[in-house]
Amino acid sequence: MTTARDKAEAADAPSVPRVDRLRDWVVRWGFIVVTLLLIAYFFCTEDTFRRSSTMLSVLKYVSVTAIAGLGLTVAMAVGGLDLSVGGVAGMAVTISAMTMVIYDQVGWEAIVLVLLAGGLVGLINGVLIVKFRIPDLLATLSMMYAIQGLKLVFVQGQSVSTGMPLPNGTDAAGRFTPDFLFIDNGYIGPIPTPVVIFLVLTVVAWFFLTRTRWGRVMYAIGANPEAARLAGANVSRYRIGAYVISGLFAAVAGLILASRIGQGDITAGDSLLLDSVAVALLGMSVMGLNLPNAWGTSLGAVMLGVVLTGTTIAGFPYYAQDTIEGVILIVALVFSYTLSRKKARYVSAV
Amino acid sequence: MSNVIALEEVGMAFGTNRVLDGVSIGIEGGSVVALIGANGAGKSTLIKILSGVYPDHTGTVTIDGERVSIGSPQVARSLGIETVHQRIADGIVPGLTVAENLVLEELAQGSSGRYFTVGKILPRARAATILLDLQWSDRVLRQDVFSLGIADQQLLLLARALSHQPRLLILDEPTSALSAVEAERLFEVIGRLKGAGVAVLFVSHRLGEIETVADRLVVLRDGRIRAQQPRPFEWNAALHAMLGEQAEARQTGVAERRGTDVRLRLDDARLLPSSPAVSFEFRAGEVAAIVGLLGAGKSELVRGIFGARRIGGKMELDGQRYQPGSPAAAIARHVYLAPEDRTAEAVIPGWSIARNVSLPFLSSVSSHGVLRPRAEALLGRKVISELAVVAQGESFSVDALSGGNQQRVVIGRWLVADPKVLLLDEPFTGVDIGARRAIGARLRAIAAEGAAVVLTTSDVDEALEVADWIAVLVEGALRHAAYVSETNRSQIITWMSEIN
Repeated sequence: MTTARDKAEAADAPSVPRVDRLRDWVVRWGFIVVTLLLIAYFFCTEDTFRRSSTMLSVLKYVSVTAIAGLGLTVAMAVGGLDLSVGGVAGMAVTISAMTMVIYDQVGWEAIVLVLLAGGLVGLINGVLIVKFRIPDLLATLSMMYAIQGLKLVFVQGQSVSTGMPLPNGTDAAGRFTPDFLFIDNGYIGPIPTPVVIFLVLTVVAWFFLTRTRWGRVMYAIGANPEAARLAGANVSRYRIGAYVISGLFAAVAGLILASRIGQGDITAGDSLLLDSVAVALLGMSVMGLNLPNAWGTSLGAVMLGVVLTGTTIAGFPYYAQDTIEGVILIVALVFSYTLSRKKARYVSAV
Repeated sequence: MSNVIALEEVGMAFGTNRVLDGVSIGIEGGSVVALIGANGAGKSTLIKILSGVYPDHTGTVTIDGERVSIGSPQVARSLGIETVHQRIADGIVPGLTVAENLVLEELAQGSSGRYFTVGKILPRARAATILLDLQWSDRVLRQDVFSLGIADQQLLLLARALSHQPRLLILDEPTSALSAVEAERLFEVIGRLKGAGVAVLFVSHRLGEIETVADRLVVLRDGRIRAQQPRPFEWNAALHAMLGEQAEARQTGVAERRGTDVRLRLDDARLLPSSPAVSFEFRAGEVAAIVGLLGAGKSELVRGIFGARRIGGKMELDGQRYQPGSPAAAIARHVYLAPEDRTAEAVIPGWSIARNVSLPFLSSVSSHGVLRPRAEALLGRKVISELAVVAQGESFSVDALSGGNQQRVVIGRWLVADPKVLLLDEPFTGVDIGARRAIGARLRAIAAEGAAVVLTTSDVDEALEVADWIAVLVEGALRHAAYVSETNRSQIITWMSEIN
């Protein structure tokens, strides 16, 4: 008799037992409170952490993961998952390096090429999933392998850097242009450029997903694709669109990464996939929303950055980081899947 | 005979909400007790108590005079209580064969040994089908269970329950997926079970069935027993007890209205792979009911008109070419469908009423793609007030609504959007009588304003209650059609039973 039960819960919310109210509070605010406590703890105990430059470098450090995670959030909104984001970012690094170092072109050309490539990969992902009906996990996993391999083929398995010998006998003369290096190393006012990009894209993704009709339809498709179709949504087109957006965000993440490394490192982006999946999943538990959401993803990335930076400053070895990350993720998933009662009590903003 | 099972003052509460209160029922061996009640009356709670899902109820349950505590579904089964739930998906395991599904409990509990082959369990599976006389060959038993139709899956669940030789058999809306012929077979089986001294608790919305099988009638409303009747049943009194204040006599007939203009013309469509071509004319101002058994092609017809499925043929809307390639194209022409399965096909779970209402019309509640929350809330409130949805507000989740109120939301979003053709696939399934009446009245009103309303149903009484014009489909063929004033219940049933 779930109906009557739900009705009762909706009707007399104040009379919900205290334990349940506590649990709801934890699910809703636990994540944010823990993040704030951690920041406060590191702030009090570690001198280095207290410097404003450290805070900014944390944000700068997480911007790549966060932006890739934001793209993934859009793919998750339509009920999918995009495992190729790390591959796309890595490919972006190689394409940037090839464009500027080997072909001696300028920064904006690299940017345009990288964005086109990211969008194209997303489009292929979407078509494989929608038209060829390959499960999203498998399609994007295969795509990840394909583009990681393709990247190596392009550069014959070598990292691209200025002065490297080219097959035609000369040395690569081009270099990463200053405007391109500005993407990661520049400042807009007092704030590093990647942090600005990160914040702007968070707002863009949030606005798109929650304030536009296209985002609304994507969430509808994620929650009940058949109902969305019968309500007139072009489900195929929206799903393909979500993967294109995911590819574009991953490409932006890759551009920042390329600018940061300053050369065509062939291993770049390899670790990005798991981190971005982790922050998008962390984000689902923020505010107890239980939905992929832009602010959650960004907060998740910041929290992860704070913890990893803080523990590193506090002297934890770097190799403990994965374990810490994994434990945080498990706790967040317990919030989302075990403790949350949101399904029965969801009251939306509208 | 004495009571097989007796409930004394059984109650159940969720938090402060008492969903069942002081219910005392005894069921004798060899008798059928029918339970009726509107959505939310407590029927499902009662069933779940008896089948061991809610062990922490108040009051006592005795079986053969001995007090028992039904702590889990396993305990219920060992006490001889078998339940056939309404939702087939809850009982069927996809990917297993028919035979494996028939003996699922033994497999799950490991009593069939560690290693097994389908061949090894075939004899027991076959035995399970005998009581229902299913006549499934070994080839059928070896098939994947999804190769069975919904009706056969329902029969499978029933056969499985019967194979445990229950003392009390609980049937929760057992005929909702069955055709009339299959339902007849079920009633025969119930008759035989009565002869064998089994007690049956029969839960249904269909009064005709209860008239056929039940010995006693129990009416629940708001968690309490409001009436108990022996045969012959006084339906008027029973409905009063069930609906409370808003009760009226069982209604038949409408003030028939005949439209003049053909709103939608459909020529040479093929509803089922092997069925003959059918043609329809639906007129503005009329409510048309497509009546037929399960699998008659009713859903295919309305989904085809809505562009959600290909049925071939040619269509015209107000004399203009109309060939929708998708639901979106149909919606753009003001042709709307409220699909059959509310949960799976119509409602977005967890979303507010307003969001569910606005989903097909997001461009009208947004400017340059940016949503306007006020316009959306207004639309939600409009549906709530026009269809008298019982809800706290448009921002509350649809999950919290009862079946009838969810259906009002699903239909309401089309009603407020100026429908030209409103298609409703089994709109009254799982909807209580009060909501059914209210929805029916709204459908007649929207037709009076000039819409062509087309609904499908397998219940003749429902059709007679709301329609001006009735068409009968049999196995994808249009068998007969008539205005209601020119036909009657028994004639329609005769048409439905004519098989080539």
